[in-house]
Amino acid sequence: MSGLAALLERDIRLAVRLGGGAPMGVLFFLIVVTLVPFALGPDLALLRRIGPAILWLGALLASLLALDRLFAADHEDGSLDLILMSSVSLELAVATKALAHWITTGLPLVIAVPVLALFLGLEPWTMGAVALTLLVGTPALTFIGTVGAALAVTLRRGGLILAILVLPLTIPVLIFGVAAANSAAVGPVPFGAPFTILCGLTLISFVIGPFAAAAALRHGLE
Amino acid sequence: MPLLDLANPSRFLSLVDRVLPWLVVATVAVFAIGLYQALLVAPDDYQQGATVKIMFIHVPNAWLAMFCWVVMSIAALGTLVWRHPLADVAAKAAAPLGAAFTFLCLLTGSLWGRPMWGAYWVWDGRLTSVLVLFIMYLAVLALWRTVEDPSRAARAAAILTLVGAINLPIIKFSVDWWATLHQPASVMRLGAPTIHSSILVPLLIMGLAFMLLFLTLHLAAMRNEILRRRVRTLRLMQAQAGA
Repeated sequence: MSGLAALLERDIRLAVRLGGGAPMGVLFFLIVVTLVPFALGPDLALLRRIGPAILWLGALLASLLALDRLFAADHEDGSLDLILMSSVSLELAVATKALAHWITTGLPLVIAVPVLALFLGLEPWTMGAVALTLLVGTPALTFIGTVGAALAVTLRRGGLILAILVLPLTIPVLIFGVAAANSAAVGPVPFGAPFTILCGLTLISFVIGPFAAAAALRHGLE
Repeated sequence: MPLLDLANPSRFLSLVDRVLPWLVVATVAVFAIGLYQALLVAPDDYQQGATVKIMFIHVPNAWLAMFCWVVMSIAALGTLVWRHPLADVAAKAAAPLGAAFTFLCLLTGSLWGRPMWGAYWVWDGRLTSVLVLFIMYLAVLALWRTVEDPSRAARAAAILTLVGAINLPIIKFSVDWWATLHQPASVMRLGAPTIHSSILVPLLIMGLAFMLLFLTLHLAAMRNEILRRRVRTLRLMQAQAGA
């Protein structure tokens, strides 16, 4: 257990210090949301209507951004081999790394939502719903992305293929995330139904992500 | 144990050489019967007219689009669990076939949809989930093409295939839920009991024909892949001997 705690602390430290990629995601999120009015025009009524969808898409793309470094940096400096050989189960180690990754890249996106929601003219109630759905949904994006990151690190030139592998798998999270956020704003379905399914998807990703990623690392790096 | 016998690629190749001509003959024969039944015997639909004939191509393609992923998933288990040498060959050979059947399913569906719904594409639940399936096939193909070492590529593709096998039903459910939310009941539904036997029998024959076509193409593609790997190994040996 202390090994996992040390791993969590180390990954968070590496991410927030100089050279870590943690602030990049939020910056990218901000840029995406800023680009949308340039494409659609500054019609605040329109932006308010599609605001939850814009925020979700932006967060989805931003969460992809740092994913390829999740295992690649450890693979380059050899610490991934140490994790593979250690007595800690690889699945738990992968889950810990994913948790650290979410704390440093996913959580800032959720915290940034209130500011960005202001740009899109969202009501406080809708803003809260978007933030809540992202808080529940972004861990699923990270844990699904873990599989892609593990596959990509064994290929040595991950980059682009990572997005191609991960994005189709995130469709259910996007559907129920946006649906829950929208239903809080306008209806027609009650908030609870899509939101609980979103929670379920996140829980499923907690199981599938670490196991598949650990299998990919074991088979790919041996 | 026949499956273990087939682990020897040479034995598999000789089996394929014996079986393949018969399969080709059977495929052509069943296609001839099926197309005759579908195009000339089966009646036109009283509402859709002759366009209903597209269904005899469209529906078997949709069946095979899903069946190919099942074949790939079983092969992926063979790769990861039993390390069967032919499993990754089978998975690799099935991926482009699955993508092709899925593409044909989308294409024929879109040609059928134009006169029926007035649009080549609608964001209906079934259409959208087949589109996602097509994208997943392309992702698997992209993964196969990224790695030059076949056995490494096989294990990476196997994990993606299995993750996809778990996720595809979830995606299907989500997309259905999303589609009913957006546009309720705009698409006609052919329930199983409402199909008359004059349509159902040709459809099943065409399904069998496409299944035989898949089997033929899959075995031929597996044979080609084994030969391609042998050529690759020989080239590598030659390069090493020359150096």
